[in-house]
Amino acid sequence: MKSIFRYLGINVLNLFVFLGKMFLFLTEIFYCLLIPPFRFKNLLRQIRFFGNKSMIVVVFTGAFSGMVLALQGFYALNKFGAEALLGPVVALSLIRELGPVLCALMVTGRAGSAITAEIGIMKITEQLDALTVMAVNPMKYVVVPNILAGVITFPLLTAIFDVIGIYGGYLVSVHALGLSEGTYFAQMELYVDMEDIRIGLYKALSFGLLVSWICTFMGYNAGYGARGVSKATTNAVVLSSVVILLWDYMLGAFLL
Amino acid sequence: MIEIKNLYKSFGKQEVLRGVNLVIQEGQVTAIIGRSGGGKSVLLKHIVGLLKPDRGSIFIKGEDITKLKGNKLDQIRSQIGVVFQGGALFDSMTVYENVAFPLREKTKLDKNVIHEAVLKSLHDVGLDGMEYKYPAELSGGMRKRVALARALIGKPKIILFDEPTTGLDPILVRSIHKLIKNTQKQYGFTGLIISHEIPEIFEISDTVALLHEGTIIEVGTPQEIQESDNIIVKKFIKGIEQGGNNETGKS
Repeated sequence: MKSIFRYLGINVLNLFVFLGKMFLFLTEIFYCLLIPPFRFKNLLRQIRFFGNKSMIVVVFTGAFSGMVLALQGFYALNKFGAEALLGPVVALSLIRELGPVLCALMVTGRAGSAITAEIGIMKITEQLDALTVMAVNPMKYVVVPNILAGVITFPLLTAIFDVIGIYGGYLVSVHALGLSEGTYFAQMELYVDMEDIRIGLYKALSFGLLVSWICTFMGYNAGYGARGVSKATTNAVVLSSVVILLWDYMLGAFLL
Repeated sequence: MIEIKNLYKSFGKQEVLRGVNLVIQEGQVTAIIGRSGGGKSVLLKHIVGLLKPDRGSIFIKGEDITKLKGNKLDQIRSQIGVVFQGGALFDSMTVYENVAFPLREKTKLDKNVIHEAVLKSLHDVGLDGMEYKYPAELSGGMRKRVALARALIGKPKIILFDEPTTGLDPILVRSIHKLIKNTQKQYGFTGLIISHEIPEIFEISDTVALLHEGTIIEVGTPQEIQESDNIIVKKFIKGIEQGGNNETGKS
């Protein structure tokens, strides 16, 4: 019995230590954001890495998400004779929920894991120490550009995901299921508000911060050797994915 | 001059440094030898402010760097170059970009001036024509040379070498040692070398210190160390020459 309490106690303490370290890491990021020099070249490189290079995976996921939503939506709405509402169903599902969440999950798998591995390798090969001894702050040089790139690119990628998804839904609805083009878009215009788009983009922005924060933190605190980096990368992807889903629910339930 | 006074450091329950006292004279090459896991690299990381001691002080030019933070610590660091054990080259950058990095980041020098400085630095370490290779395309010895070129380019007053010849064959070990000695004469920096290379290290050092179980137990010229009556010193030098080496933990 005593050992169970001991085990639980150690794990709870470790969890608080971990959360404390993450919070301090974020505080340092915000501090570094305010103090020059600002590394625009690194920021542009990371925006390209997060954004441009994630484009293909986002386009594919977006297109097929929209297409499958149209298929399933048509099946369900057909039962009530409400096929005319297929456009708004596809658009609202994508804009408010699936777009930000799926896009964030895909970018986490592609770019998030890569930045954890990159920073982790920089740590174990003493490249971060080399920066420090050259009086270059590694937080500013390596971490901050990734955080900013995450915050900037996630909403943009989500917007692309939504547009592609709606177009995928259109292809299936109009060309495969025989819905009229006018119905698909006119109903969408009627039911989708700016508020819905705003909610989706706010979600994407917060996911951008969360994913880049978790992934850079994990890389920065990676253990030693190849195993340390691989563990950090796995943890970064798993934790980011869980946090995306939890945070999505919390935003949906309490705030938006 | 670097003066280390009564330096203590523990990691958890493991005491790595137990009251290190050492004076490193300006313009000289000092070698710290000792068994793996004896705390040599930990000591080096303290000198450049990568680790903070539990107790004790390190004075560089009269400033206790263990008490410094932020810009003041960076000012001291800008006078120190470090050649890390594995080179610590930025693997996404070419040799040229690696060597130019300290000048690009910390000075406002003109591109042409930086270009000239990079070429000169690479020439000094015998790496002409290697500017556009990536670290992964270089041999171990070449990587150490690039690391030395990067450390030299800012003309630091102090250069710390963390086992600069580990993993190299005997010919390359001599070649890197010769390079360190020649560049030290040319640039006049104060050198601190962490090394296992016995007896080669004696040829390039002005002073040798033996770190054993977290304390400096003997300091002297290479000749004094080799003729020392201290049993631990004798055993260490003999042990290394015979190829024996017992690792104990953190290096």
